[in-house]
Amino acid sequence: MSAVQAGAGRAEATVRSGEPLLEVEGLTVRLQVEGAQRSVLRDVSISVSPGEAVGLVGESGSGKSMTARAIDRLLPHGAEVSGEIRFGGADVMALSGAALRGFRNQVAMIFQDPRAHVNPVRRIGDFMTEALRTNLDVPAAEANRRAADMLGQVGIMDGERRLRQYPHELSGGMLQRVMIAAALLTEPKLLLADEPTTALDVTTQAEVMAILDDLRREFGLAMLFITHDLELAAAICDRTAVMYAGQIVEVRESALLHDDPLHPYTAALSAARPDIAQTAARLAAIPGRPLSAFEAPDSECAFAPRCPHAKDICRAENPELISLDGGLSRCARAIELRGHLLAGPAEDGQTDA
Amino acid sequence: MPDLVTPQPGLGGNGDGPVLEVSGLRKEFGDLVAVDSVSFTVLQARSLAIVGESGSGKTTIARMIVGLERPTAGRITSCGRDRSSPARSARERRRRGSEVQIVFQDPYTSLDPRQTAEATIDEVLRLHHGWPKERRRARIDELAGLVGLDERQVRALPRALSGGQRQRVAIARALAAEPRLLILDESVAALDVSIQAQVLNLLADIRDSTAVSYVLISHDLAVVRQLTDDAIVLHRGVVVERGPTPRVLDSPEHEYTKRLRASVPRPGWKPRRGALLGAREDSGTP
Amino acid sequence: MSTAVPLVTVQAPRGGGRAVGLLRGTGLAGIASAVVIGVATIVAVIGPLVAPYSATLPNLALAFVGPTGGHVLGFDFQGRDVLSRLLAGATSSMLGPLAVVLGALLAGTVLAVIAAWRRGVADAVISSGLDILFAFPGILLAVLAAAVFGAGLPAAAISLAIAYMPYVARVLRGAALKERSQPYVAALEVQGASSTTICLRHIVPNIMPLIVAQATILFGYAMVDLAAISFLGLGVQPPAANWGVMISENQVGIPQGYPLPALAPGGCIVAVVIAFNVLGERLFEQAQARR
Repeated sequence: MSAVQAGAGRAEATVRSGEPLLEVEGLTVRLQVEGAQRSVLRDVSISVSPGEAVGLVGESGSGKSMTARAIDRLLPHGAEVSGEIRFGGADVMALSGAALRGFRNQVAMIFQDPRAHVNPVRRIGDFMTEALRTNLDVPAAEANRRAADMLGQVGIMDGERRLRQYPHELSGGMLQRVMIAAALLTEPKLLLADEPTTALDVTTQAEVMAILDDLRREFGLAMLFITHDLELAAAICDRTAVMYAGQIVEVRESALLHDDPLHPYTAALSAARPDIAQTAARLAAIPGRPLSAFEAPDSECAFAPRCPHAKDICRAENPELISLDGGLSRCARAIELRGHLLAGPAEDGQTDA
Repeated sequence: MPDLVTPQPGLGGNGDGPVLEVSGLRKEFGDLVAVDSVSFTVLQARSLAIVGESGSGKTTIARMIVGLERPTAGRITSCGRDRSSPARSARERRRRGSEVQIVFQDPYTSLDPRQTAEATIDEVLRLHHGWPKERRRARIDELAGLVGLDERQVRALPRALSGGQRQRVAIARALAAEPRLLILDESVAALDVSIQAQVLNLLADIRDSTAVSYVLISHDLAVVRQLTDDAIVLHRGVVVERGPTPRVLDSPEHEYTKRLRASVPRPGWKPRRGALLGAREDSGTP
Repeated sequence: MSTAVPLVTVQAPRGGGRAVGLLRGTGLAGIASAVVIGVATIVAVIGPLVAPYSATLPNLALAFVGPTGGHVLGFDFQGRDVLSRLLAGATSSMLGPLAVVLGALLAGTVLAVIAAWRRGVADAVISSGLDILFAFPGILLAVLAAAVFGAGLPAAAISLAIAYMPYVARVLRGAALKERSQPYVAALEVQGASSTTICLRHIVPNIMPLIVAQATILFGYAMVDLAAISFLGLGVQPPAANWGVMISENQVGIPQGYPLPALAPGGCIVAVVIAFNVLGERLFEQAQARR
């Protein structure tokens, strides 16, 4: 599939079949916090092919949001970035001016809290059509028509009326659907969704997820879906990457992640979640608390202190990502633990958080 | 040495009766009916889940029970004593505080940012008991141990603590009043999965060792399953289903409960459009 | 969804170290301002004692003589040593604003917290009352007070305090309302703590950074307003030493080519006011960042 479009001052992604749309390699990010340089991402590598949905799962401090921000050039001022981010072959970090705007048309981002990312004193229509009118020179009437259509696609029926409304007149779920519609209007190639449903009710979440999934497939978009919920990612992503302490620790086909994880952290995460179908006397809680990238030592496996399978080799050095059965795992003992990660009695929740 | 951990039934009224009885509870905010004809009972050492999403009225009910909101109609009784309207005097509020306590959802605003965990718990102890400093110190250590906080954490200010640690402080603060009933208003919703598991286990431990009852308010059905014996499901201020938690979750009868159940992500789950029947297309509450 | 320890380093500062830490956080400008204020305060306390010459005894033969020998700033319109008069005048020049600020803060905080805590009718009444007070500029009130009670520092200070109070109350009410709606206040109510306890022990300490910031900024305004009132002859009465009075009495020297006796006290006022503004702003920013 190749997509080449000429346009005044726009840099478009040129992708030949088989090549990844987004390639992140060795991304390391350090932020300046209170005078000290703190690591927030360590050697993160991930790729997304055209039309593929990849999930990025992690807890606090894992670096999942930071990864999306790095990709979308939204890092705070003064961030130290090393490694490469390539979109359609072009180096994202080197983009500026018109090329950067072109990039932003092709990579759309949806945030967790829609209200924080919308100007409350402007109408929905203004907000939705801004990119079309300013960056793509689409006349206002046409832009409004497209916006109303897209609202219909996300399940908001009376589009024209909605376009004239203000954000406060819409509920959280509706506003998030508007955000999705707005993101799709510029016909992007890649969607970055940063916890888009975390702030929503569970029934609204199901609906929004369904819309996201449907439309993504319909438009052939690639997506990087960030969440803390392993099952949620597995529901609409083909592949899922798990992050811990600023690193990717596992990449796996979503369907296999729950039943056949390759990294002890993934297994522990699945096991720690309460089961809606049965009551356990106690949950299999992971002792300790999730480490942030800057707290993790580079000299050993970041998860070792909390890992029930940790051995000396795990504390000797920070393991590399190894390829295993179609997936990747950053566990020094991945091969020998294969198949045994889900076994074992539920441990009593130890307290150290 | 008296067993300080087990709450003394003493002043709390009838030790055998229900810990909490709510009947015909109603709350109107102007034209909006947030809660309508809600009734339920919580027996000693039993836990009840109030399941609902935003706009269901669950938080309003919690606030009415602890006296932060005045019911428009209905009766609330705890440990045999009426608390259908907010307490008039601080003394009455104190007494009610020793019957029912609450742990809020957001760990970041439910603690006074200028008080250490120690001072926070100490303040509650001084409110409810006229104990000398030594005894209070001992009780603080006991409570800290109970919720899993170490020395450093007990002396720390909230901003030096993680979300999970702050919730532990909030739980310790609530327990310092030795309540018969603890309302957990989405108390684990803002926590990471691995920390949530720890806190849920902690709550189970506390329940087993102190015989406190819980009213767990949550939208998370899996969490509800873990910690509660009975459940009521709220939709737009009305109870649409009630029963033992396993039954309500395994064989829901009401449409809304079924929809809720079907919306929970689990292995193999796929979201479907059109799941939101009668979706709230109107404006208003997020 | 966050249980990770926050990215920011945290050490709860202890005791006196806290003040130093606070100051260090305000940067170079903040520290410089603090020094200026410190010097002014010390001078206000010991000024009259260390003044090398008499601050009040006139010697018309030396009127407007420029800086010589031991008189670095020369002589004022009555032949008095300007430096001595500056030092002696520091007391009333600093004390007056201090009284104004304390008065406005006390009254403003009490009203703001009551309005925020009780809400409803009490809030409406207090807010309306404040709105009425807003209509009166401080200097106007001072003039009225002087007309009724006679000129002098106490009347001027009290009227300014009354005039400033609504500004303080308005700002603090907003902050107090925000605190009041926080869950930790609700938790305390459910625990059974009394309203007074919650307001005094929890709400006020949490809006303290704002109170301090208001205090420092108001000090500057009060100093200028009081100087203006004294300049008009309604505040501190000559021959008492006071920076505002000094500007007034020596202004005749400016067109005559002897600007120093009028500019010196003016410079002192400007320096102190700027120092207070800068420090207040820095302290406030710092406090906001810490939460």
